[in-house]
Amino acid sequence: MSVIRFCGVKKSFDSSVVLDGLSFEVENGEILAIVGPSGTGKSVTLKHIVGLLEPDEGTVEVEGDPRIGYLFQSGALLAWLTVYENVALPLKETTRLKDKEIDAAVMDALRMVGLEDSADKYPGELSGGMQKRAGLARAIVRRADIVLYDEPTSGLDPVTALSIHRLIKKLNSEQGVTSIVVTHDIQGALNLADRIMLLKDGKAVAALKASEFASSDNPTVREFLTAMKGELK
Amino acid sequence: MKFVKEVGVAGKIGLGSILLFPSVFRSCDSREDFAHQLYKTGISTLPVVTVVSLFIGMILALQVGLELRRFNQEIYLGAAVMISLIREMAPFSCGLCLASCVGSSIAAEIGTMKVNDEIDALKIMSISPLKYLAAPRILALAVMAPLVSFYCCVVGTIGGGIVGATQLGVDFGQYMSSAMSIAEDKDLFVGLAKALVFGLVIGIVSVSEGLGTKLGATGVGKSTQRSVIVSFLLILMFGYMITRICYR
Repeated sequence: MSVIRFCGVKKSFDSSVVLDGLSFEVENGEILAIVGPSGTGKSVTLKHIVGLLEPDEGTVEVEGDPRIGYLFQSGALLAWLTVYENVALPLKETTRLKDKEIDAAVMDALRMVGLEDSADKYPGELSGGMQKRAGLARAIVRRADIVLYDEPTSGLDPVTALSIHRLIKKLNSEQGVTSIVVTHDIQGALNLADRIMLLKDGKAVAALKASEFASSDNPTVREFLTAMKGELK
Repeated sequence: MKFVKEVGVAGKIGLGSILLFPSVFRSCDSREDFAHQLYKTGISTLPVVTVVSLFIGMILALQVGLELRRFNQEIYLGAAVMISLIREMAPFSCGLCLASCVGSSIAAEIGTMKVNDEIDALKIMSISPLKYLAAPRILALAVMAPLVSFYCCVVGTIGGGIVGATQLGVDFGQYMSSAMSIAEDKDLFVGLAKALVFGLVIGIVSVSEGLGTKLGATGVGKSTQRSVIVSFLLILMFGYMITRICYR
């Protein structure tokens, strides 16, 4: 069953067309990686799902009223709050949970991302990888049904990137979280995702199972993979 | 067209935030944040406000005093300084200090949050940026501005008295009694009302500029600059309008 449906979505900023009739669906419980060159509308796609952007044309449908978590590229933690307070923020502001329940949920989320010992630190005292993990803890603390990841491993060393990928997998397998991962890390996407969608010029040019993506005959996919290999070399 | 759109956005933000003022007192955390904003707005600006208002009082006393001396009317120095301060200069200097110290800081803080996706993060968590960020900051400015303005008036009057006593030979006691005799309740209330309006204007302008920030660090700089310029201009315009309405 699909939980997110894009149908002919078009979006422009001033005169630049970012999404040009984008259509795709996301199945419940799957991990979909969205890859593609910079400026092809990957992050814009995520922002449509959470309603931060409205399409100029077409429709974006999200099934039911799911709790959606969003991991920003920068972590987007509030600088004047500690890690604990950042993670507790959505629970304190949007639920009527008691302090004890909030504390349990926050510590659960922090344990999940391995940051229980850094609860009292401020974002400025954390490394880039720790900030992303704290952002992830905040994204999942409300028991999200869908988590959207915007470049979760960009700027991270391979070991930290792997730990983030493991977390995404763990959330998917243990809690059935539907995940959409926007990434430049094609190797990571191949290891992590159930499906990979390639965006080019605001359109989905391919949406294939991860196992089929690397061996696809699609010329645009081949071109993208060749370019990525060249970049890796 | 762009100007009209910007005024509309600022109006929406201002009205939305004012309607959300009661939410500032709802939870312990929000009350704590509001207390922090009061401190930032009022207490932390006191050193600047003290120096500015002291010198404004001193300059006023010197300029007016020299003219009064030509007519042997130095005894009215206190009254002249007080009436200028209480009606105009205290709320005006308080507004300028708050716009440059607090308004710019609010615009820069919220602007940085905007370019770092923190505002979007709040929206995604179903937390209204107006409720969480704008309302406590604007309310703190509205509460503190009249108090700071009153403080400006007191410090400025003392500054004028010091100049009167040391440069113009006016007895400090005589100066103070002249100052107190001229001040009417209406002057005080109109001055405080002006400061309240200035506080609201600075808060709404700063928050609107911050939330409208685009294009990274350059955008934050521009928003901060614009918040100060627009606040200054509006302070002058609203100041004139209130004076016009209250002193026909």
